[in-house]
Amino acid sequence: MGKVIVVTSGKGGVGKTTSTAALGAALAQNGDKVVVVDFDVGLRNLDLVMGAERRVVYDLVNVIQGEAKLTQALIRDKRVETLYLLPASQTRDKDNLTPEGVEKVIAALKTAFDWVICDSPAGIESGATLAMRHADIAIVVTNPEVSSVRDSDRIIGLLDSKTVKAEKGERMDKHLLLTRYEPARAERGDMLKVDDVLEILSIPLLGIVPESMDVLRASNLGSPVTLADGASAPARAYFEAARRLKGDALPITVPGEKRGFFGKIFGRKAA
Amino acid sequence: MTNVLTQPRPIRLKGRSFLALALTPELPFEDWLARLDDLAARSAGFFLRRPVVLDVDGLDTNRAELRELIGELGKRNVRIMGIEGARPSMLGSDMPPAMTDGRPASDFEEPGGEEADETDAPLSAAPAQPLSGSVVPSIVVTEPVRSGQSIFFPEGDVTIVGSVASGAEVVAGGSIHVYGTLRGRAMAGTRGDGAARIFCSKLEAELIAIDGFYKTAEDMEPDLRGRAVQIWLDGEKVNTGILG
Repeated sequence: MGKVIVVTSGKGGVGKTTSTAALGAALAQNGDKVVVVDFDVGLRNLDLVMGAERRVVYDLVNVIQGEAKLTQALIRDKRVETLYLLPASQTRDKDNLTPEGVEKVIAALKTAFDWVICDSPAGIESGATLAMRHADIAIVVTNPEVSSVRDSDRIIGLLDSKTVKAEKGERMDKHLLLTRYEPARAERGDMLKVDDVLEILSIPLLGIVPESMDVLRASNLGSPVTLADGASAPARAYFEAARRLKGDALPITVPGEKRGFFGKIFGRKAA
Repeated sequence: MTNVLTQPRPIRLKGRSFLALALTPELPFEDWLARLDDLAARSAGFFLRRPVVLDVDGLDTNRAELRELIGELGKRNVRIMGIEGARPSMLGSDMPPAMTDGRPASDFEEPGGEEADETDAPLSAAPAQPLSGSVVPSIVVTEPVRSGQSIFFPEGDVTIVGSVASGAEVVAGGSIHVYGTLRGRAMAGTRGDGAARIFCSKLEAELIAIDGFYKTAEDMEPDLRGRAVQIWLDGEKVNTGILG
């Protein structure tokens, strides 16, 4: 039985879709069978980031409404053969997602895949609550700034009350993925520090992804950053996060701290 | 002539809950009013001087009909203090205000009704917990209070082992203890207990209030930020002191 992950944040534009694609590809590159599911009905993006926008025939809403079979809607990635995409509908709206339909689809995907990664829409309305409803694990994507942190806090509250796990009285496994982290700005105090965010949200840290042009470049190429340039800093951060998801206890490095150390050495040499 | 606006004392804003009789009208209103008249005939003055809330949740009605119903009830000396479950479009500025978050209490006994068998006595009429003077009820919350969440405990003290996030609130009839950072709002002594206090390991609060006297983050002394603090009421003055 596979594990269901929801990638959520409350706030938009923090990197949910990028992280879904990057983590999905990273897990699949290790040989795990992975499906990434786009729940952002009406504003889908995951197909673009995965580079599959020209191959979408059927989507999640078609499957839920019984117009297509699940196997017809799944799109296999051309680069990693254990990676699949279940796209969202761009023409329908979120009301087409029914709780019963979503439950059925997730249950079917769980039996066929090791990881079912749901890309949640922004907000706290039905689309977002349906995306998180059947999750075993939640990845809360947060930027180091106050509005994103507060929205994430709100989402964590919902994860602890509105999910099937929470209703059964079980604990939802929650992880913090800090994205768009800029070491230089954090050092200047323009951004919240990692410790501050962790103190406010008090959930374990899955990884810190630095802000990087590589992410934008990869998105525009239609490729998860972990596939486009595996050696780039954000890709390495996602690979490590994927390993932590599988249970590896890797130490977390705060981007910039290492460079800060070298910077000091070079600074002294120059002086 | 100039108006000098001094602010000697802030306005007191307090929350208080009361028990009201909730009436649930049914459509068509004429028939329901007839049944009400029947009830009133058997017990004159049942509604007299009682606070009554009209629960119209799920009723397919409109503002005109609702206004007429309130008028009809007024003729029968039933004065409506609020309306529950109405859509905003159903309420006018001349009508009683909308009420939310009502909590069920034990049923009012219908007056003059048929004598009910002793065995049929409603179980919901359990007497309220007797409060002895020495024991203050309290609750302990062991999870962080997240943004958007509200801990509401008018019966007594609230202890939170964890932080209260920005955008979260804790409302207690007694004192509030936060073993963590208080970033949201804390309102203690909301039932008029001026002796209630607020304690926190780290003060970053948006608003604190005791017995309706409040202070916003702007009014708090800046050197208290980030410190372990207790807050109490001295007369009408909100005092803050550093702990330990």
